[in-house]
Formats: sequence, structure tokens, C-alpha cells
Amino acid sequence: MSWILILEQSLNGLQFGLMLFLLAAGLTLVFGIMDMINLAHGSLYMLGAFIASTLVQATGSFVAGVLLAIPATAAVGILLEVSVLRTLYARDHLSQVLATFALILIINELTRLAWGSDAALPMPQALSGPVELLPGLRYPAYRLVIIAVGILVALLLFILVTKTRVGMLVRAGASNREMALAMGVDIKTLFTLVFGAGAALCAVAGAMLAPLFAVQVGMGENILILAFVVIVIGGIGSIRGALVGAVLVGIVDTIGRAFLPILFGIFFQPRVASAAGPAIASVMIYLLMAVVLFFRPQGLFPARG
Amino acid sequence: MTSRMFVLALSLAVASGAQAASKVKVGFISTLSGPSAALGVDIRDGFQLAVKMNGGKLGGLPAEVLVGDDQFKPDVGRQIAEKYIRLDKVDFLTGFVFSNIMLAAVPVAFEARIIYVSPNAAPSPLAGKQCNPYFFVASWPNDAYHEAAGQHATNKGYKNAYLIAPNYQAGKDSLAGFKRYYKGNVAAEVYTQLGQLDYSAELAQVRAARPDALYIFLPGGMGINFIKQFVAAGLSTDIPLIVPGFGSDQDIIRPVGEAMLGLFDTAHWAIDFDNAANKRFVAAFEKEYKRLPSVFAAQGWDTAMLIDSGVRGVKGKIEDVEALRKALKAGKFESVRGSFKFNRNQFPIQNYYLRVVGKDSQGRLVNKTIGTVFKDHGDAYVQDCLMK
Repeated sequence: MSWILILEQSLNGLQFGLMLFLLAAGLTLVFGIMDMINLAHGSLYMLGAFIASTLVQATGSFVAGVLLAIPATAAVGILLEVSVLRTLYARDHLSQVLATFALILIINELTRLAWGSDAALPMPQALSGPVELLPGLRYPAYRLVIIAVGILVALLLFILVTKTRVGMLVRAGASNREMALAMGVDIKTLFTLVFGAGAALCAVAGAMLAPLFAVQVGMGENILILAFVVIVIGGIGSIRGALVGAVLVGIVDTIGRAFLPILFGIFFQPRVASAAGPAIASVMIYLLMAVVLFFRPQGLFPARG
Repeated sequence: MTSRMFVLALSLAVASGAQAASKVKVGFISTLSGPSAALGVDIRDGFQLAVKMNGGKLGGLPAEVLVGDDQFKPDVGRQIAEKYIRLDKVDFLTGFVFSNIMLAAVPVAFEARIIYVSPNAAPSPLAGKQCNPYFFVASWPNDAYHEAAGQHATNKGYKNAYLIAPNYQAGKDSLAGFKRYYKGNVAAEVYTQLGQLDYSAELAQVRAARPDALYIFLPGGMGINFIKQFVAAGLSTDIPLIVPGFGSDQDIIRPVGEAMLGLFDTAHWAIDFDNAANKRFVAAFEKEYKRLPSVFAAQGWDTAMLIDSGVRGVKGKIEDVEALRKALKAGKFESVRGSFKFNRNQFPIQNYYLRVVGKDSQGRLVNKTIGTVFKDHGDAYVQDCLMK
């Protein structure tokens, strides 16, 4: 084990965390402002990837395809909000979970009808190799781009939420919905807007991760669970919390997978270590969540005072 | 055959006292939806193509193939198997991709004395102690590809191999199979989560460990991701990657693309096999489905051909299960893999080959055969099988 390995793993954790943030940011706003549990958030992530794969092929350019996929997915999100989800805001959480779970199944099957069970989104040729960051540390160029995009989107979101009027309304809605409503904020339009923005962030994450992962039906379900862990750790409704939570989860998950088996190898027999290491590593993020909730039941940065 | 001629043939058969059936009914249950559907779809397409090329018949009898989707769920697979056997009275059962689903369903067939011909899954318990007269394997024993890969690593003189598999039973079995024939040192044996998509952490460990070969058993989407990320990390230039044959076939090549070039794998079949049966199969498959067949498609084809040979061997008298078993065991058909024979446990004894991903004359990515790893290779469990 060397410091280069530690550095590389930290970069991996950061990259994973930033992409989780893109998903969690939309999820936390929808949950925080609308008090709505939207399990279909992962479906928008999947749709973003499928739409991007089609548009990249149609335009012949990776950048153009991904940039076009963002408004397209946002449009799908807005359509979904106006047609189905709007009627669910007044219902209790159980109804929302049931209805949005049904949406997952419906969107999965519709996607299969439209695209088949998988699609290809190849990595741009120029970025498919490694970059030598330091002597002995070659890091995939594409993952560096993901980190850059993640930081850029996080900055944009930060400026949007803290410095603009729309952002102010969003924060007002997140911290006290009834009061914002009483003050004459058009919550209905705001909800639709926030939902569209959340879908756009999903598209960024889906399209950026697609060349690394497989674009396939059902890809949204696994990552959605992690996104929920992130917003619970970060505090529901808080963008800052989503960022900190996502990077924490990304790094803890990566470090756990990378170093726990080694650590176990020092203390236990190889057979035990190879069995226990991965098992413990996979529960590390849930341990993190439990610890955070024990000390701060509202999450790290609660949106409501 | 016109219907009148058919009736004539039937009445002749009845008159001669033989109990030839009027048709053969096959229940085909496979994983046809979800992320792992590509494998089941290829098996189904290969199977149905063979029936179609035979003029809709198996062994001279009109064939009726019932197709069911197990949805990657053992309970669903078993329910459909029960329906096909009890209600539809099928003569054969086949189709399952995954061992765990098949193991839940086959006891239904065994109890009803219905023969199950496996187009893919062939887990070790059914090869050894629990071997069954009604279980035939038209593909290869579960460990075989891994054993061949281990032998290949030994042949190459690799001294320090790094092994990665998902943390579940088949993952552990696969690495055990590899180690059975690999004589070098194992740098590390890493078990990842089943269904994991991001392998950046594992790849960083591989880079730090500097092994001289890397063997992965990561079926389906996991393998697609791993290979893409392995190439992007720049490791493909330093460390030779070895995978089992199904980890590097058309269903993986399509989504991964050029990154697959030069990848070594081991299998019992390749698209470029120079035998008449294979040439006919590959050409017909591409014409029918507008894509190249994978090893799964080849297994589906062979499964249909094996059933065809069995029904033909008993001259359509499929009611006589003992005679049918004998006819199947003779394995008298032109397999796309070339020659093979059945072992005592009704698992195949056959050759395994080293393949590498290259380009064919049309510039498409395909597996090319470059050598033989095992000749007439059986499995390690047959001595526990008491069946004769």
C-alpha cells in the first residue's frame, strides 16, 4: 500500500461522490420542498442515459448529445410532474412510495419497448485513455472529466440557490412550505421547476456515467438507494448537505472496498478476510448513516431550523 | 407434408403397432426480461432457429415450443415449469440460463420423469452426488470454462495471478475451478458485491498489486462495466486480462466495442469453427436475426439438435423414456462445437479452446480460435455420480 494508491482511491471516491451528488441534489429538493418521496427519480437517471445514447448517435458528438439530453430529460420530468406526481403531493408517504414504485416499473417497460434492454454510449475516443497525474499515478481521463463536471454543476447550483431570486424561493419553500405559500409564492410553478431541474441533474449524472457503466433497464434502482442514504445523511432539503453527504458516502464506500479487506488481512486468516472484508465494506455506508443519525437525527445540515 | 399425408403417416404408424407420438412438445423457460435478458434471448433464438431450419420439426415430429419468461426469479421459473409439465404435458423441458433458477425448477421435471436438456446451467451438484437420469447438459459443466482459463494461465507461465469474482456461490465456484488448473501463485482473490457497477477501487488495487495476469468472472452487466473501466484506467496495456468465454462474447462485445480487442477467453465454441454444422448455423442466425450469434445462441441451437437426435433415435416413440434417454446419450447429431460425447453423468466430454477477440474480414469484432486448452475434458465431480 502506498500513498499513490491512497490518492487514487480518494479521487475515485470523490468522482463517485460528485455523481451521487447530482442525483441526490434533485432528490433532496423534491423531498424537502414538496415532502414527496419520489422513487422514480432513478428512472429519470436511466432515461437521461438512454436519451443521451440516442442523441449522441444522432448528432455524432458526445458533447452535443449530452447537452441536448439534459433539456430533453428535464422536459420528460416536467411532463411526469404535471401529469402524475402533482396529484400525489397531498397523499401520505405510503401512497407516494407505491405510486412512484409503479412508475419505476412502467418506465422500465416503456424504455424496453422504445430502446430494448440496453443501449451503447461509447466514451469519446480522446478521453478513453489514462492521464499521468503524477509519476506512477495514471488516472482515467474520463473520470477526471466527471470530477470537473461534478464540481462545475455543484458551483452552478450553489450560485443558483444562494444568489438568485428563484433560489431564494426554493430555500423558502424548503425551510417552511406553508409560510412561503402564505407569502404568495407560486408554489405550484416552483414545484414543477424544481422537478424539471432535478430531472436535468439526473440526465447529467446518467449521461456522464453511462460510458463507464452499462446503459440498461433497471440501472436507476441500485444507485437510487445510495442517493437516499446521501440525503438522509446530509439533511433533507439541503443542497449543501447533499454535497457533503454524497462526497462522504463516495469516499467511505471506496475506502471501505479498497482498504478493509487489506486491514482484515493483517488480523485474520486470508480465508476469513476475503469473506468478511467485502461483507463489512458493503455495510460501511449504512454504518456511517447510523452514526450520523445517532448524533444528528436531522442530518448534517437540516434545512428546517 | 400436407395434412392428408400426415394423417396417412399417422394411421400407418398406428397400424404397424408403434406408439409414435403425433407431435413433440417442448417447454422452454428462460430469463427473457431484465438486465440479464440478452443471454436467454440468444438461447431462445438459437433454439427456435434450429426448429425452423428443420421445417418446424424435431426428430421428424411436428414440434410445438412453449416459451416462458422466468423474469430472473426462481419461484416464477418453477411455477411455469409446473404448468408446462402438469397442464400442457410437455415431452421435454429446457431453457434456463441461471443455475439457481434451474435448480428450483428441475425437480418438478425429475418427479414427472420428463427429460430436462440444459442449454446452459450445469451446476456441480447435478454432476456429482445428485446426478439424475433425466438431466442432460448440451452446454458445458459450470466449472469448465474457468478450469480451461486456469490451464491457459499455467500454459502461459503466469506466476502471479489476480482473481476477481462476485461474492456469491457461483463466484466462489468459478475461482475454485480456475485454481484447480492454475499452478502459479494467487496474488489476491477479491470478491465484489453481486451487481456492482463501479470497479474503480478494485482496479486501483490491481494496479498496486502488479500481477502478471488478471482473471475475472463477472457475468452480464458487471463484466461490461469492468472491461470498459479496466481499459480506461490504462491497465490493459500492462496486465493481460483473461475471462471465461461468456464474458467476452457478442452480448458483451456489442456494448463494450473496440475496447475488447485482444482479450483472451476460453470456451467450447467459437463463431469461426470450420465445420459444416457451424457454418450453416452462423449464416442462418445472422440472416434471421441480423446479428452475430453468441456462445449462448450456439448452445440453444445444439440443445434443439440434441432433442432432434433423441426423438429421431426412438423413431418418434417418445413415450418410452428409457429408450429416449439412450438415444439422447448417444449424442448423434452434428454439433456446432464439433464432436463431443456424454459422460456417465450425462454432462459433456469435449474440447475447450483459447479464443481472442479480433476483427473478421468485414471488420466486425468476433472471437477467433487460436488454440486448444483441453482435449476431451470432463468434470471433476463425475466420480461421485452413482448413475451408470
